[in-house]
Amino acid sequence: MPAAQCYHCGLLVAEPGRWRAPLLGAPRDFCCAGCEAVAGTIAAAGFERYYETRSAAGTAPAELAPAEELDDPQAQAQFVAATGEHGREASLILDRIRCAACLWLVEQWLRRQPGILRASVNYATRRAHVAWDARSTKLSQLVAAVRAIGYDAYPWDPQRQGAMERGERRKALWRLFVAGFGAMQVMMYAFPAYLDDGGTLPRDVEALFRWASLLLTLPVLLFSCTPFFAAAWQDARHRRISLDTPIALGIAAGFGASAWATLAGSGAVYFDSIAMLVFLLLGARYLELGARQRAARSLDRLARWMPSFALRLAGEAPHKVAVHLLAPGDRVLVPAGERVPADGVVERGASSADESLLTGEARPVRKAAGARLVGGSVNLEQPLVLRVMRVGAETQAAAIGRLVERAAAARPRAVAGADRIARSLTWLVLAVAAAAGLYWQDPWVAIAVLVATCPCALALATPVTLTAASARLLSLGMALTRARALEALERATDVVLDKTGTLTEGRFALARTVPLGALDAQACLQLAGALESASRHPLARAFGGAATAAAVDPLSCPGRGMEGSIDGRRLRIGSESFCRELCEVAPPRAFVPPDASHTPVFLACSTGWLAAFLLTDRLRPEARGLVAGLRNAGLHVHLVSGDQPAVVEACARRLGIECFAGAVAPEGKLEYIARLQGEGRVVLMIGDGLNDAPVLARADVSIAMGGGADAAQLQADLVLTGDSLRGVVAAMRLARRTMRIVRQNFGWALAYNALALPAAAAGWIGPWEAALGMAASSFIVVLNAGRISAPARDQRPWKASTSSYRSQSA
Amino acid sequence: MESLYLLVPLSVGVVIAIGWVFWRALESGQFDDLERPGYSILEDDDLKR
Repeated sequence: MPAAQCYHCGLLVAEPGRWRAPLLGAPRDFCCAGCEAVAGTIAAAGFERYYETRSAAGTAPAELAPAEELDDPQAQAQFVAATGEHGREASLILDRIRCAACLWLVEQWLRRQPGILRASVNYATRRAHVAWDARSTKLSQLVAAVRAIGYDAYPWDPQRQGAMERGERRKALWRLFVAGFGAMQVMMYAFPAYLDDGGTLPRDVEALFRWASLLLTLPVLLFSCTPFFAAAWQDARHRRISLDTPIALGIAAGFGASAWATLAGSGAVYFDSIAMLVFLLLGARYLELGARQRAARSLDRLARWMPSFALRLAGEAPHKVAVHLLAPGDRVLVPAGERVPADGVVERGASSADESLLTGEARPVRKAAGARLVGGSVNLEQPLVLRVMRVGAETQAAAIGRLVERAAAARPRAVAGADRIARSLTWLVLAVAAAAGLYWQDPWVAIAVLVATCPCALALATPVTLTAASARLLSLGMALTRARALEALERATDVVLDKTGTLTEGRFALARTVPLGALDAQACLQLAGALESASRHPLARAFGGAATAAAVDPLSCPGRGMEGSIDGRRLRIGSESFCRELCEVAPPRAFVPPDASHTPVFLACSTGWLAAFLLTDRLRPEARGLVAGLRNAGLHVHLVSGDQPAVVEACARRLGIECFAGAVAPEGKLEYIARLQGEGRVVLMIGDGLNDAPVLARADVSIAMGGGADAAQLQADLVLTGDSLRGVVAAMRLARRTMRIVRQNFGWALAYNALALPAAAAGWIGPWEAALGMAASSFIVVLNAGRISAPARDQRPWKASTSSYRSQSA
Repeated sequence: MESLYLLVPLSVGVVIAIGWVFWRALESGQFDDLERPGYSILEDDDLKR
């Protein structure tokens, strides 16, 4: 009888029948109570389909515990890292957050808690990163503190995040649609009154329209507007003010006055303006929500570099265990082609590892007994036995993940300027409305002031323009993940480029074949392809597709090459010394590769040398055009790479880049950017790879390659959706145009308010004209933003750059 | 003009009906993932059968 496997996690079931539960209409065995409970939870939530559609075994995630249980060291092992003897660090997902001000409040509040060492909130992902002293506070107290101010916090848990996201998006869409349907229909009812030039519309029919409008505006007010009212109320309770305050006051006052006019049968109504205003504001918020959730989702991928299971060795027999159960000192078997589950040292075996996720460099690193292995890297050739040194949150990959989040959290302060202007204007509007109402002894004047100068044009000016720019960018092949990036992109003075995977294609390709024996290049290439077809080595991919036959009994020698038989001939491909052992003669002539960026690979048979292949990481065809375009736009171009200095120099020379640095570790790249920023420069970073992720977050604005590691994308402000650099120069141009339009919109909104405020306060404009003025000011802002979608009229300084970019990339 | 007394309340009812239909669609999860349907056309269901 074949041994049963756990239905949830795929482990062997030691005691069949002990943990058994019905699932998908049949009894299923589980390996442990944990898996049984998880499966039960999944089934109870109605997600049994998971078991039908999954393509790999599941993991057993810790159940989200109530606040007090967060202090349990066992539970904390999943999401808390120890720093020093008493220091603790954790990431928290924040819930019930409405706007940037809420995040600011949580951050400030957390910092005021006793025992807290550090607290920062990432605005893009809505996560708090907290560090505390375990002697004076507990995680549960911090969570309780966050709950005390009306928010909620959970330790990081991807499944919870998914449910939160869906609920938030459904609700936002439902609010938007209620406002949209209401606005459309109320506008229909308002239309006859606008066309009426005195007496053509009977009083009773007008009253009918007003009552119908009131009825349909009611759900818009009571349901769709709740985010504005809730935010304004929250601000009022903390004696603060935000853009939501006048919006909420204006909507409430406008509705109240209109409802009074309807009941009394005299006065003006402007239900249509209210519904339309709410619809426009909610529309902008919904788009913002989508962009923010996309950014947050990609961050969750960070956890997926680590495998879920490891093969722990008990004696010599491997047992499959969940990765979070590994402890330092364990011995683990890492099969060829699998991810390394923890940081550690190779105890037995020899292979090579692909650490490109962590270092961004495609060249595999040779690993023999005693070598350090990094969790998340891929063991390429032979099985290895690893002695675990660090696990879970202590691993290098997890540390880089935290670095990414912290770097991103340190940024958004710079955007506060525009908010401050709007905030002080809001105070002014409220004060003037109150003063005017008291002076004229007429509430209608106060309402006119609130409605006419409701800073919705001001509130719409930036989001509407940025949304249009974002759509335009998408058609250029770039996804904007953070709207404020355009501002920094416009001001950028320096561009820092990564080499591998950014300027180059990030994979080895055959540059040249040099026949060394009797066979011609084509025949050698076919033999090489046949030999390498059995190899996982990144260099082997360069020969992919060349094979017409397969080698007999191929054998992989880690770090050296491949051996095999073709047509009865013994062949070797790999390093010079490896091939020399087979043919036992020196190569026909001293073979020197042209420069350090080429890697030579040799092919030999037992009777002599056959060929040398030169492999290189090829430059992207559009790289030259990009560098020229950026230079023409007046930007300083820097090349900073972790690759060998000679390779970097050769690459910089070919592209005409004067500032370059090689063999730079991730921390070195951070320093490089910090130094530039210290000189007052605004830095644009273009890169990919995990080692670039903190650097991308540190730069003022960043662009990641779409084909690169997921990690790089999540902290990048812009992601190239195609695997090409062509959109970058166009995006720079668009950023400058967008910011010009944002400034025009801001200027217009401020000018309109400057005119409307005294006029309304003087009692010159009634509520009806006020509503029209407000709608018109918003409409002009939206129309102006729409200009971004129109094809660009090239500005003079840009004309030179675009034409040269095109001619060079052609 | 008299027809308005029938048509206006009717239009209010129609808006509420549309709202209800949309709410049903939303709750059934139709709008949860607007990206997946684009990919689902590429998923080869025939292989499973």
